[in-house]
This record gives sequence, structure tokens and C-alpha cells, in this order.
Amino acid sequence: MIPEIGQFAMILALLLAAAQAVFGIAGPWRGNQRLIQAVYPAVAGQFVMLALAFGCLIWSLVHNDFSVKLVVLHSNSALPIYFRVAAAWGNHEGSLLFWVFVLSIWTLAVAAFSTSLPRPFVARVLGVLGVISLGFLLFSLATSNPFERLQPARFDGIDLNPVLQDFGLTIHPPMLYVGYVGFSVAFAFACAAMLEGKLDQTWARWTRPWTTVAWMFLTVGIALGAWWAYYELGWGGYWAWDPVENSILMPWLLGTALIHSLSVTDKRGLFKSWTLLLAIMAFSFCLLATFMVRSGVLVSVHSFAADPKRGIFILTFLALTIGGSLSLYLWRAPLLKSSAGFDLLSRESFLLFNNILLVVATAVVFGGTMAPFIADLAGLGTLSVGPPYFNPMFLLPILPLLTLVSIGTFARWKRGQLGESRRRILGSLALAVVLGLAVMLGLYGDRSILGPVGVVLGLWIIGSALIDPIDRWRRGLSVSAAILGMTLAHIGLGVVAIGLTTMESRRVERDVALSPGQQVEVGRYSFRFLGTEEVQGPNYQATRARIEVFHDGKPDSTLLPERRDYLVQEQSLAEAAVGVGWRRDILATMGDAVGNGAWSLRLQVRPVMRLVWLGALLMACGGLLATFDRRYRKQRATAAQTSVAAGLADGSAT
Amino acid sequence: MNRFAIPLGIFAVLVVVFAVALKRAPEKQFVQSALIGKPAPDFVLPDLLAEGGTVDSRHFKGRWFLLNVWGTWCYECRAEHAQLLAIQKEGKVAVVGLNYKDENDAAREWLQELGNPFEAVAVDKEGRAAIDYGVYGAPESFLVNPQGIIVHKVVSVITPELWQNTLLPMVEGKTP
Repeated sequence: MIPEIGQFAMILALLLAAAQAVFGIAGPWRGNQRLIQAVYPAVAGQFVMLALAFGCLIWSLVHNDFSVKLVVLHSNSALPIYFRVAAAWGNHEGSLLFWVFVLSIWTLAVAAFSTSLPRPFVARVLGVLGVISLGFLLFSLATSNPFERLQPARFDGIDLNPVLQDFGLTIHPPMLYVGYVGFSVAFAFACAAMLEGKLDQTWARWTRPWTTVAWMFLTVGIALGAWWAYYELGWGGYWAWDPVENSILMPWLLGTALIHSLSVTDKRGLFKSWTLLLAIMAFSFCLLATFMVRSGVLVSVHSFAADPKRGIFILTFLALTIGGSLSLYLWRAPLLKSSAGFDLLSRESFLLFNNILLVVATAVVFGGTMAPFIADLAGLGTLSVGPPYFNPMFLLPILPLLTLVSIGTFARWKRGQLGESRRRILGSLALAVVLGLAVMLGLYGDRSILGPVGVVLGLWIIGSALIDPIDRWRRGLSVSAAILGMTLAHIGLGVVAIGLTTMESRRVERDVALSPGQQVEVGRYSFRFLGTEEVQGPNYQATRARIEVFHDGKPDSTLLPERRDYLVQEQSLAEAAVGVGWRRDILATMGDAVGNGAWSLRLQVRPVMRLVWLGALLMACGGLLATFDRRYRKQRATAAQTSVAAGLADGSAT
Repeated sequence: MNRFAIPLGIFAVLVVVFAVALKRAPEKQFVQSALIGKPAPDFVLPDLLAEGGTVDSRHFKGRWFLLNVWGTWCYECRAEHAQLLAIQKEGKVAVVGLNYKDENDAAREWLQELGNPFEAVAVDKEGRAAIDYGVYGAPESFLVNPQGIIVHKVVSVITPELWQNTLLPMVEGKTP
């Protein structure tokens, strides 16, 4: 009964999405106020229906309703309750429903927080969001119904994939989806502006907080994914340039570019057509990512059940939405003219470089992701593109980008003279070089190039990000939330740069086979294997090793890695033990028993890994802080005054 | 040439590439079991139908066989029975039963009443072979090829459609 209610709610949501799309686009076009007003109940109704549907899915999982195919395939009565709930988005069908549910939340938020914007414009935004929702609901109901029943019912379920039975799973995909879907708002704002034909800078201003929030979620989602891979998969890896990881990184890079170009369009009225294109591209890459993961054209560890039929559906949907928006762009963008110019060394210039480099980085990732697949298609055989391509190629645009961040923060709008900033630029650079080299060469004795370069650039970014707010504060000027947010995000970037480069150039790892009592040195740490014991988990049996770690001869910590055998799915997984600290992480992962109580083990010491997570967190917090800037609210209030007139004009014009 | 048409052009090329790729994407199935593509675990178990005899899974190597896990306690197995009889009649694969956690007398009675689709029935009272196969309930079936490799696992009932559209094409070599 409950699954049928869920399915019925999805069908109602589909109808409401159709209404929302038609009313939202036709209303302002015909100048029909009643249609415009009717968009709002459709938005609210759709949200209620999708919340109900998603609730029904969770109910079925929690109550072990093994007559539902999804529950049988992805859950089990022995599974702890929070993993049963998390199973709702740990599979293709459920995650699609979750996707549209999140979209309905974003849509509701846009409707609720945009009361001060011109109604016809908001209606258009909601209409575009309705089209996207309609597409995904159709997809879900036609090819991937989460409530499909199994005749006859089963006694128990197959269990959730053990790899996914982890706290990381419960929050990593939702964060990514919220971010992905969030870019649909920027996309909808861009489309609405193009439909309206009023492409002045106001749409950019209204879009900024939404884009930043979406970017923040995506940042957290990516960091959580890396963190999860790092300590759950257990081999110390955090990023593998897997097609699915790449497909998340690309929207993030484009989203970062979009945030910066929106600021130029908002403040200076420049890059208008470019910003439009970026807004379309960022969301298009989110859709492309969905296509690549779900259609089975790319094979990846992250792939859900692949089904060509689904692929055709998504491809058609992609062609319609992205093709449609790019056609709109072709129609409207030529009307745009940027009047103001800017000098080579102005802030506009640096933001343009930022955009170019981020787009180049996206192209590098895209090329590497697509190459094996194009080669296969062209009959050139199997081509494997991995870290040897991605690592150096990605650094090519990213290192100049990191260099320009510092200079860019000092540059002024419009004016090309760096003037007195020159002293600050050189001063902060000199400080960063001295400090960076002292740390890397003095403390670590690092002989690599990447480590010191990364640390120097990171320190320089942090230093120059701090100078402007500190200067304003000392002169008694107010520091807006936007500036604080930017400062925090840039500091985060610097911290990530320092963390990643130091860790990559300084990490040590050893694969060894140890008998109980044996000891091995890894860097300045020694690991003593004390033996194993059997432990019983809720749905697995495990062999747990006890390893004592000493640092320079002094006891440091005890690691308890496990080798788990999941009973129902017959999978054996290594559960790594990670000892975290500010200085370093130490990891121990169990391989196989090699006889006589001995085990093969991978032991690793990774310095300052924590900085990477901290930096990502700072970036996300910076994004969040920036959205609280009073200017967005104030400008909305002024927009509200003009919107009355605009709304009337718009209504009477047609 | 309108520079604003460039994105649309690139995207159009991409759609064509994806469409071609999609057409060539192999039909992939759910990976229902970690055992698919792996050798079927061997077992030697008491024979239900011949007192004192044994069923050795290695006897079936060189032929396609369908290992069907069933029990009289399993009401869905009754629903599946007619299809198993039909498969046996068709003669394309050997149907082998794995009588799972059951009473021998009840199992024999069941076969007498409904007809016997099985070439042989192995008795797995403690579920030892079932553990090797990752069985968690009944009915469940494993399609094993002549090389002794599990090519497909069916959870729940084998319906006529499933047999016609999925299993039979595999046996006839129409799908990998």
C-alpha cells in the first residue's frame, strides 16, 4: 500500500511539474497574471508530493518491505537502520527520486526567497526548473521506478553493497546532489533572462547567492567523497581520476569560474554573454555527468546498473535542455554589447584569466575522460588514461591559476596600475618564499619541486587574502560578509594547495608481510604487528589486527584494521585503520593471510593530510559566509521597488 | 560564422558521439552476484531420489545446467514449478535441484504430486553448498555454462518471460 502511495505521489508530482513548466513559461509570455500566480501552488504541491514519495521509499526500507524490488536489492533486515535509510539514495532508482526531491526543495526555496524580484521573471525561472523536474520525473517513472514490486515477495534482501555501508555514504551523495541540482538554479536564472530578453546585470546579481550555495555543497560533497575513499577504501587513495570523480570535478571547476565571472557581470556589467554561457555549461556538465554515470557508456567503480534504454532517454533529455538553452543563447547573446573596457592589469583581467584557466582545466579533465571512449569508438583499441596524464596536465593550468590568485586579489577594478599594491605583492611573495622554503627544506629536507612550489604558492595565497581585510579593519572600514567569505575561501584554497603538495611529495608507504611480534620501519614510525583476533559485526565477521605504532621509539598509537567478510553479499573488504593527527595520518590496511598467523599489510604515513580536509571545509564556509552579504538583500529590496513597475510594464506589453 | 553558434555546434557533435556510443554499449545487466563469471562451486551431496547415492556437481560439466534452489517450505517455489517442468521438457539445459533446508519425505511427496523437473536433486540440509553459492532464500537459480562458469543468477521465480528473454538467449549463445 505505502509503495503505491509513493508511486501515485510521483505521478501527481509529474503532472504538477508539467503545470509549473507550462504556467511559468507561458504565463509571462502571454502576460497572463493568473497563470503567473498559478506557478506557486504548483511548486508547493510538487514539493509536498515528492516529499511524500521519498518518505514512502524510506518507510519501505525501514520497515523491510521485501515486496519492493529496490528494498530487496539494496537492503537487508540485518542492516542497521541508518544504512537502511541511506540505501534510499545508494542506488540508481532511489537516487533519481532523491534528485528530483532535492530539485523541488531548491525550487521551493527560489519561490520563497525571491518575493522581491519581478514576478514574471521568477515565474520564468520556476518554469525552467519545472521543465528539468518534468524530464527527471518522466525518466524515473518510465525507466527506473523505485517502487517496482517483486512478485512474489522475498523473505529478506540482498543487502547494501558493503563498500557503501559507511557513514560517508550517508552524507556524501546527498551533498553532491544538492550541489548538482543547485546549479540548475543558475541555469534557470540564465534561461529566464534569455527568455525575457532583459540581459542587463540584474540577473547576475540575483543568481550569485544561489550559485555560491550550490558550489558550497558541491565542495563539501567532493571533499567528503575523497575523505570517504581515503579511509574507507583503505589504500590511502583519495582521488583516482575515475570518470565519475571527473564528472563531479568538471561542474565544480566551471562553478568556480561562474562565481568569479558573475561577480564581474554584477559589479562591472562585463562578460555578460560569457557568464550566460558558463551558467549553461556548469549545469550541462551536471547533466552530462548523470548521463555518463547512468547510461553505461563509461565504466566506472561508481556505476550504477547500466541500461542503454536509460541512456537513450537521458541523451534525448540532454539534447532538448542543453540544446534548447544553447539555441536560446545563440538567439539572445548577439544582442549583448559590453560598453566598458578594462586594462590589462585590472581585476577584470585577472578574473578573465581565472575563467580561462578554469575552463582549460575542465577541458583537460574532459579530454582525459573522453579519450578512452573516443578511441574505443574510432576502433583504435583500448586506451587507458590515468594519473600519468591527469596529474601533470591538470597542474598546467592550475599552477598559473594559483599564482594569479594572489596578484588578482590586489588588482583594482578597471584600473590597470598596480601602483602601491606592487610593494604588497612583492612583499607577500618574498615572505611566502622564505617561509615556504624554510619549512620544506628545513623541516622536511624536501628535494622535490612540487612540494616547495605548492607550499610557497599556498602561503602566498593565504597571505595576500588576509592583507585586504586586515587593512580595512585597521582603517576602521567595515568588512562585508562577501569579502570575509572570499578571504576565507581563498585561505582554504591555499591550505588545500599546501596540504596536497606536501602530502604528495612527503608520503611514505610500505607493503610488508608480518608475523605476530614482527616490526617494520616506515619513515620515522615503526609498526609492530601483535596478532589478530576474530570479531563479530552486525552483518559481517571480521579478523582484526592489532598494530602498535611508535614514533622515534616512543609509543604513538594503536591501529586496529579489519578484514571483514560480509555474510549476505559474500564480499570481503578491508577496513583500514587510520590514526589521524595534525602532523600526519598513519594508515594500516590488511591484505591477505599468508600463513602461520602472518598477514600482508600496507602501512602508510601521510603528512598533513588533515590540511586538505580543513582547506576544503574553509572553502565551503567561505562560500556560505559570502551568501549572507547584506548587499544581496539590500539590492533585492531596491529590486522590489522597480519590480512593481517592471511587472506592470511586462504584463501590459503583450 | 556566428561565434555564439560554436557552443551549440560542439554540443551537437557531442550528442552524435554519445548516440553512437550508446548504440554500441553492450547490454549490461545487474551484477546480481559476485559469483557471476566465476566457476560454480563444486559439491557432493546426498541424492534425494536414490537412497544412499550422491549428486556430484562435476557430473554436469560440459553441459549447460540450471541449479535451482528450492524447498517445500517455500511457497514461491510452487509458482515456479510449472516453468521448471517446461524447461526440462525443452531439454536445452539440465535442471538440477538443490533441496535446501528441507525434510526429505516432504520433498519426495512434493515431486510426486507436482511432477519432477529435476535430473537430479541434491539434499543440502545444513545449507553448506548454499553458503558457497551465496544463497539467502528460495527460489534462487544459477545458470552454469559447459565450462562450469556461472553466467547468471536469478533471484526469485523464473518466469516464462525471464526464461525466453534472458536465460534461453544465453544458452543459445545469442547473448554473452
